[in-house]
Amino acid sequence: MEEIGKKGLKKFIKASPRVGGNILVIYVIFFLLLSIFVKGFLTSGNLSNLVRQTSINGVVALGMTFVIIAAGIDLSVGSVIGFAGIVAAVLMVRSGLSPFLSVIIAIIIGTLIGILNGMLVFDGKVPPFIATLGTMTVFRGATMLVSGAQMVSGMPDAFLNLAQIDILGLPSLFIVWLIVMIISAFILNMTRFGRNVYAIGSNQEAARLSGINIRLNIYAIYGLAALMSSIAGIMLVSRLANGIPTGGSGYELDAIAASVIGGASLNGGEGSILGTVLGAMLMSTLRQGGDLLGINPFILQMLVGALIVAAVLIDQNRKRKQ
Amino acid sequence: MDKMSEEIIRMEGISKEFPGVKALSDVSFILKRGEVHGLVGENGAGKSTLIKILMGIYPKDKGEIFIEGEKVEITNPIQSREYGLRAVYQDITLAPHLSVEENFFLGRLPTKRLIIDWATVNRVTSDTLKELDLDIDPRKKLKELTLAQREMVTIAKIIHEKARVIIFDEPTALLGEEEVKQLFEIIYKLKSEGTSVIYISHRLEEIFSICDTVTVLRDGKLIGTFPLADVDEGRLVSVMVGRDLKDIYSIKHQKSQEIVLEVKNLTKEPKFRGINLQLHKGEILGMFGLVGSGRTDVVRCLFGADKYDTGEIIINGEKKEIRSPIDGINAGIGLLPEDRKMQGLALPLSIMANINMVVYDQISTLGVMNRKEERKRTEKYLSELKIKTPSMLQKVEKLSGGNQQKVVISKWLNAQSNIFIFDEATFGVDVGAKLEIYRIFEKLISSGASIIWVSSYLPELMGLADRILVMHEGRCAAIVNNGEATEEDILKLASGLSIATKTGN
Repeated sequence: MEEIGKKGLKKFIKASPRVGGNILVIYVIFFLLLSIFVKGFLTSGNLSNLVRQTSINGVVALGMTFVIIAAGIDLSVGSVIGFAGIVAAVLMVRSGLSPFLSVIIAIIIGTLIGILNGMLVFDGKVPPFIATLGTMTVFRGATMLVSGAQMVSGMPDAFLNLAQIDILGLPSLFIVWLIVMIISAFILNMTRFGRNVYAIGSNQEAARLSGINIRLNIYAIYGLAALMSSIAGIMLVSRLANGIPTGGSGYELDAIAASVIGGASLNGGEGSILGTVLGAMLMSTLRQGGDLLGINPFILQMLVGALIVAAVLIDQNRKRKQ
Repeated sequence: MDKMSEEIIRMEGISKEFPGVKALSDVSFILKRGEVHGLVGENGAGKSTLIKILMGIYPKDKGEIFIEGEKVEITNPIQSREYGLRAVYQDITLAPHLSVEENFFLGRLPTKRLIIDWATVNRVTSDTLKELDLDIDPRKKLKELTLAQREMVTIAKIIHEKARVIIFDEPTALLGEEEVKQLFEIIYKLKSEGTSVIYISHRLEEIFSICDTVTVLRDGKLIGTFPLADVDEGRLVSVMVGRDLKDIYSIKHQKSQEIVLEVKNLTKEPKFRGINLQLHKGEILGMFGLVGSGRTDVVRCLFGADKYDTGEIIINGEKKEIRSPIDGINAGIGLLPEDRKMQGLALPLSIMANINMVVYDQISTLGVMNRKEERKRTEKYLSELKIKTPSMLQKVEKLSGGNQQKVVISKWLNAQSNIFIFDEATFGVDVGAKLEIYRIFEKLISSGASIIWVSSYLPELMGLADRILVMHEGRCAAIVNNGEATEEDILKLASGLSIATKTGN
């Protein structure tokens, strides 16, 4: 019995760099240290707060991971969060549509922004950084315009409760993240589309010559990132109980950081769902742990920055040794 | 009927022109079923162009292509795949981050109800690899394999896809002896199954051991197609190179006895080892070798672009540690790299910026550029080297190949270099520009500079170099004086064959 357990563990550790396991080891150690030395860290209240805070960023990071594995980048996700959230809020409050319909419409519109990104990148041959920098700015402006730069409040309780309730003892926001996580992992590893994402990121020319339809895949990749950002936008509005015009600002950088800490390469071809999830968790755990320890928030910010660079340095070092 | 006589591919009267170069003129080529057909010629003879036209990568200017007697128009690579044509290129087109088995099924992974059927993927891949006696783990990522293994994976994949015609373009450049044997086994098997093979190689001994027929191209023209039973190696070599260009290569030699650069036992594993050479003042030292012989690696180490493992570099009698390009520049060495677009020039910048890049610290005070001096120097080289441009602010990417080459030369003249290393200086430039580059060589050596010149084009080396260092698989096979060896001898040396020495053993 013990023998098998040991073998399994060894095998897992050996395979772990591929599934973002380096970071898993780091995270487990970090988590244990906080549990032992920080009072009030290992309480159900604190932990449920931690996952609730990470969930929204976590969903965005999952979408970003698809784009980064395909050797792209999407700076517009923060603006998509803001825009989808405001559209949903405005439809509920000012147009009086039902929460269900408002959410569906907002998610569809948000996803279309992603497909627009895909068109700019593939058909327009605009570098992804520039294309999405453009849509990021355009849709932040659009968010301000739609909301009149005012907070939108007064949404039905049915909608506001979404973010507050627990299901089976788990915060609902975390459940959403979990579902998106499982679906993403399934798509990326088990479906043709998922493997195309890796192939395109690894060698786009080889993928094209193998008959992979690059255009449709690029649309789908950016569309998926925007779909997940729109879901995150809805989650954010429900959690804050207000549609905030600046909502989601800066989320793109957190999402990129989570993917990269989790082992994704900006050159494409590498990255995993587990890695990204742990990357997002590591950042928010560091923030929260630091908070509980009473570390100056500005110093904490500096630590998070150092973490991002350190994660990539370690990864580069590992690759050089290979 | 005799299966061998059946025509699979017939290319007729193929012509192709690139700006300034006639790459192919009126070339015809016939491939029969189950035949292994060698395609030989010097670099620039048009072999790759012919294959790329067949594969739909380049459009042809003139000519017709028939597949099994039917006229076809192949306009893109995906179309040629549909006709059952497959090529193993030197630059391998697989996805490095994916596993061997996934690469095997790239773009056509089998699925069962949306979910990828990894079991089938694994089974088919391992079966195919086993069948070909390849000991490669199908679960490994491609980038974890050696280059030779990656190539064998490409070959296995193509064979699994059941092609009608398989083209090997210099397949053995990356392979070791054992793998070459495996490759030959594979080719014999393909042949017995009726697949046709086009085999491009510089290594004539391979052509003789594997091919039934050989077609020789020279300067874009068809010289002839011969059954291999009818030719011997000597005849084939002379047909490949046979031409007299002595008049173009008249140059006033300036070689003196003074040694400016001496290299002792230079080694960089696994690229090259034990290289010794002496370069004299005013000398043009040619370096010749086949793809993968390590000649480019040697000159990159001399300049400091790569680091060598062991050995000594002595410049003007003084031992130098050359570990970075800055060391090389300070020692008076200028490198004009093989791929000047990638390594020698900043294409989106102006001629002026490119020429002065290496001397910015000399022509600035406290970091502020002296624009007047910059302009003066640029003007000097524009007129000295006859660079054709509307303005010195012209972006280098807009210039022709020959003029780009002159800008790189200006850059190093400007840096006061006195040892110039040219790596394939004349590759891809037209004949007129070639002649001008030869004149620049003459000017350089008459002003006391020395030149190391790496070239794959033997006639120009034979015509212009004082001595030629011949490399074979990372070693110096010989250094021959101008006029003391024939082209045939040098090609043999570079292929690892021995030549009959004067003592006659």
